[in-house]
Amino acid sequence: MWDYTDKVKDHFQNPRNVGLLEDADGIGEVGNIICGDAMKLSVKLTEDKKRIADARFQTFGCASAIASASALTELLKGKTVEEAAKLTNQDIANYLGSLPEAKMHCSVMGMEAFQAALSDIRKKHPEYQLPGTNEPEGMDRVVCQCFNVTEGKIREVIRLNHLKTVEQVTAYTKAGGGCGGCRDEIQQILDNELAHEHLDNEAKAAQAQVATLAKSAAETVKENAGPLTPFQKMRLIQQVFDAEIRPGLKADGGDAELVDVNGDKVLVKLQGRCATCAIADKTIEHWIEAKLREQVSPAITVTQVQ
Amino acid sequence: MSNSVIYLDNNATTAVAPEVFEAMKPFLTTEYANASSIYPFASEPLHAIAKARGQMASLLGCTPEEVIFTSCGSESDNAALRSAVKTQTGRRRILTTAVEHPAILNTCRDLVKYAGIHVDYLSVDKFGRIDLDEAKALISEDTALVSVMFANNEIGNLYPIRELSRLAHAKGALFHTDAVQAIGKVKIDLANDLKDVDFLSLSGHKFHAPKGIGVLFKRRFAPFAPYLTGGHQEHQLRAGTENVAYIAGLGKAAELAAINLEEENTRVKALRDKLQDGLLATCPDAAVNGDLEHRLPNTVNIGFKYIEGEAILLRLWDRAHICASSGSACTTGSLEPSHVLRALGLDYKSLHGSIRFSLSHYNTEDEIDRVLEVVPPVIRNLRDLSPFGRITG
Ligand code: FES
Repeated sequence: MWDYTDKVKDHFQNPRNVGLLEDADGIGEVGNIICGDAMKLSVKLTEDKKRIADARFQTFGCASAIASASALTELLKGKTVEEAAKLTNQDIANYLGSLPEAKMHCSVMGMEAFQAALSDIRKKHPEYQLPGTNEPEGMDRVVCQCFNVTEGKIREVIRLNHLKTVEQVTAYTKAGGGCGGCRDEIQQILDNELAHEHLDNEAKAAQAQVATLAKSAAETVKENAGPLTPFQKMRLIQQVFDAEIRPGLKADGGDAELVDVNGDKVLVKLQGRCATCAIADKTIEHWIEAKLREQVSPAITVTQVQ
Repeated sequence: MSNSVIYLDNNATTAVAPEVFEAMKPFLTTEYANASSIYPFASEPLHAIAKARGQMASLLGCTPEEVIFTSCGSESDNAALRSAVKTQTGRRRILTTAVEHPAILNTCRDLVKYAGIHVDYLSVDKFGRIDLDEAKALISEDTALVSVMFANNEIGNLYPIRELSRLAHAKGALFHTDAVQAIGKVKIDLANDLKDVDFLSLSGHKFHAPKGIGVLFKRRFAPFAPYLTGGHQEHQLRAGTENVAYIAGLGKAAELAAINLEEENTRVKALRDKLQDGLLATCPDAAVNGDLEHRLPNTVNIGFKYIEGEAILLRLWDRAHICASSGSACTTGSLEPSHVLRALGLDYKSLHGSIRFSLSHYNTEDEIDRVLEVVPPVIRNLRDLSPFGRITG
């Protein structure tokens, strides 16, 4: 049974902005006839190249593919290029009320079509200096041969839609829906993304904690109407170090140890990947210093010990 | 709603005939006794089952004892395949085709996995035809069972059951056919023409009986190990209290099918041909899938290039409440088109836009005229939306 919202049905029965713009600034073509759906999107920009003046589509596919394309063109028209570059497949699905999960790949196709159109414009008109899109760069390795889906696409869709299972990735990208040979790899990508998301969340929570601490420290300072005592300063440095600096380094495979605090002088020891990376250590030193100056005192200096 | 529906999806299921419903009623109301009970109150149900068995037997050209009532076509298929593996000790292979119904294909997979059976699949050409020489080469002393469908549900192809069953018997293998789509549409004569068929499956709801009732024909003396064990019902071949109302309905449907067989092959066939010719004449870039020479009289499967099946069906429903079906990816519940269309190796341009129309004798000429009016603009309009529609103009 068809499980479509009235909005999907409406955009399928009366699609908006059908066709091909003869004087388009760029054209995005995604999907192909073998896979069962394909879309061609043509985009025209305003004189100043800042806004989308017009967008037209042609779609080969099921009802939700046609409706998603129609919705996309409606969403695009009038937006600044910058706003449009941030459009996600969720925006398309939301515009339509919702799409059945198994059809979410249609909304992803819409997003891809605009990304392709945008990169077509960028290629043809580098002078416009258009912004990039959501897709992680440098990940054009094809993971799913059956449906020609890249690692970058899979990661992007996982992030944008907070996907948790291989079945969801298949519903959103089609990857894994053919021979099934790529499902293990999709699982690995998911594991990896979930681990990152976990770290991100941890870092965010830690940041919030530090913010509260810093606030209370600031309040203490105000209350006492004087500077931090040496003990308060030391405690605050330790807190910022544990709650913000170490998680930040860990996300990149490194770590650091707080060796000593002497007045405004802070001694740290880099560990993990950071310790072996010669180019990184100065940068990291500066980064730690900046963090501590911002959160504790502008007088702080950070020195590395081996 | 049903009055305004133009129902051209009779290979999916059919309307219950009013006469069938009448035949069932007493057993859903006053005549509720268990047919196995000993008091006279059980005589009506008992009699109804015997009558239905006779009606079914005369439609198939077999004896009443060879008719086993089951719950559906899938159960009959399961029973035949699993039994053959048990009774044909020492033989470890099954031969079937790549275009069978999932009830056969998935049962085969199950037997591969849990019974260590090896399954060979006959290939099909681009018209969906099998090659008898290939079948001959693949049937061996190790073959327990050959199972080939009588007619294909998607494209309507009829397969050479007589020749195949002879080839099977020549090597001592059993022969089964899934005749779910053939029953009531083409003549099935197990007494003469199809003497070498050991098992045949059919399902009530494909010929105007309700869903939930089927038959397994088992030829006398064909070895059989029951699939459903338990009570003594069905000559101890299939346990479970008899579903009297549905069996009575099935008997009535069999009687009607025998009467309507002529009409299926004349009036219904003519309507199908009118539909097919009309669509081909008005829709460019469209072609019939399947074997035009050996095909069910009620079925036509047309591939419309450059557009997608689900979109076509949704438009047909919206414009005129036309019900048909498609083997496109979006309608099979997976991401790939149906296994039958893929087995044909169809041109990918038409693979996703294949629509099956399947008629019954309840369809009228007015309905077909209406369909012929509605389909061409729908096809044209969707092609206008398609980036590929204009390739050939
Ligand atoms: S490689 Fe991904 S499904 Fe086949």
